[in-house]
Amino acid sequence: MTLAIDNLKSKIGNRKLYSRSFLMAAWLGWQIESNWTDPFLFAIYSIIKPLAAAAILVVMYSVITQGNFQDPLFTYMYLGNALYFYVTQIMNSIVWAVIDDREHYKTLKYIYTAPIHFPTYLFGRSVATFIISTIAVLITITIGVVFLHVQLDPLAVNWPLFLLTMVIGINMLALMGFLLAGFMLVIVHHSWELGGAVAGSLFLFSGAIFPLETLPPFIRWIGYLIPISYWLELARRALVPPIAAAFPTFSHFSNLQLLGILLALTLILALIASYSFRRCEHIAREKGRIDIVTNY
Amino acid sequence: MNAVIQTKIKKNTGWKLYLQTVIGRAYPRVIGQQREKSWIFFELFMPMLAICAYVFVYRAIGAPEEYIGFVVVGGAMTAFWLNVLWSMSSQLYWEKEQGNLSLYIIAPNSMMAILLGMALGGLFASLLRAIVIILLGSLLFNVTFTVSNFLQLFIVFTLTMIALYGMGMMTSSMFLLLSREAWHLASLAQEPVYLISGFYFPIKYLGFWLAIGASIIPLTLGLDAMRQLVFPSGATLGFLTVPVEIAILLMLSVLFLIGAYLLLRYMEKLAIQEGRLTENRR
Repeated sequence: MTLAIDNLKSKIGNRKLYSRSFLMAAWLGWQIESNWTDPFLFAIYSIIKPLAAAAILVVMYSVITQGNFQDPLFTYMYLGNALYFYVTQIMNSIVWAVIDDREHYKTLKYIYTAPIHFPTYLFGRSVATFIISTIAVLITITIGVVFLHVQLDPLAVNWPLFLLTMVIGINMLALMGFLLAGFMLVIVHHSWELGGAVAGSLFLFSGAIFPLETLPPFIRWIGYLIPISYWLELARRALVPPIAAAFPTFSHFSNLQLLGILLALTLILALIASYSFRRCEHIAREKGRIDIVTNY
Repeated sequence: MNAVIQTKIKKNTGWKLYLQTVIGRAYPRVIGQQREKSWIFFELFMPMLAICAYVFVYRAIGAPEEYIGFVVVGGAMTAFWLNVLWSMSSQLYWEKEQGNLSLYIIAPNSMMAILLGMALGGLFASLLRAIVIILLGSLLFNVTFTVSNFLQLFIVFTLTMIALYGMGMMTSSMFLLLSREAWHLASLAQEPVYLISGFYFPIKYLGFWLAIGASIIPLTLGLDAMRQLVFPSGATLGFLTVPVEIAILLMLSVLFLIGAYLLLRYMEKLAIQEGRLTENRR
């Protein structure tokens, strides 16, 4: 009986520790992301990057097709590009939390000695980026719908599927960032490009801005292994069902099957990320790299 | 011991000191950057990723093959833009963060020489990367170049680089006054310039006035002229004629170099007055 009470107390204590770590990191992340300037410049800064990236694609598409925005390929490309902003931002925010705390602010050692749960803290640091990215993605998609004939009808959207896809997808992206954050603890020298390089590579193989069939067959299979491909396909099926149906990449899978694959890949990723992070953290401690400064 | 104390250190002055400073600041850019293997990898890998993605986009929408070449050339030129943005414009901010800036100021050398050394070293290192990117892109996507006028191509490239790095020197002095916001502002300028300078498509499709406005960034006209000179169909997709673009690039080169000199003097004085040279707001 006493043991059971002790266990319960310990669980409640852990829950408090996790929630405190998460909330504190989310607040800190928001301060770091936003308080370097006034709200107006911050708002412009937050939306101009995704809009510029989208505009490059729009101009490229428009030059070649003489502005045929009715083609399903345009909506496919535009939405994929807009949603992919989450991948770059969420993954990078967790990776950069390690670089910032270790090399820039030099606070990682204090975080380790503080009564917080470090992995939970890292996930918390991505919350601000998630909120900012959501606003940027919403604005990008709205501009596409209003000005560029992106064929998204809010009344035809499968909202439950979309929300479920986003919940699994965002967690999957955070886990990818967590996996890379583990590597960051070990790779100490000039490694700030790691998140961008991984996000850039996956951009190429995930069918974000062109169907996977466009890739040469000998590298196309990579797209079928990464969860982002399934997440983007599900998001498109939820947001623009007729457009998604026009592309054959995953047409032999039902929505339920795709959700199952996405969930299974996310769980596998969670196991790999958890093991890998613990291993990397151990190596970083052994080699004294938790508080190393390598001139960020 | 006495021998050490009595050893006379030969100190350069005047133009010799200026040259020594230029070489001294260019050295880490040329040699140091080659030593850092991860930098070389990422600086080649990242533009190649963007090139591959945009090439596949063009293929997916059935673009003519010359657009693939346009993307490869544009992708290679990103090496220079990234270098100017991150290693010129924001360099003095990094130096401030690391505590080197005050050493630059108190040393008996010219700040202009330091900026020039940074520019020349960065230009050389970026040129190596751009050549590799063009070679890799050409091999991967079978791009063929047909140079119609080598002399004009050389002049265009040289003027583009002078104007671009002159602009970098000018903006780096403005970054003297910045702190945390420097990183964000440099980041803010990255993608929008890819867009308005036509890194991945012919600039003339942005419309005349927008293209004229974007021409303040030397890479806009430089890229346009280079594409006209290395692709057979380039002239039909060009914004202005090559001689006109050369004339504008020449004006920009002079403007930015004089601007860099004047602005650096003004900003340095202002930064000293406001006590921002050693300020470190993280």
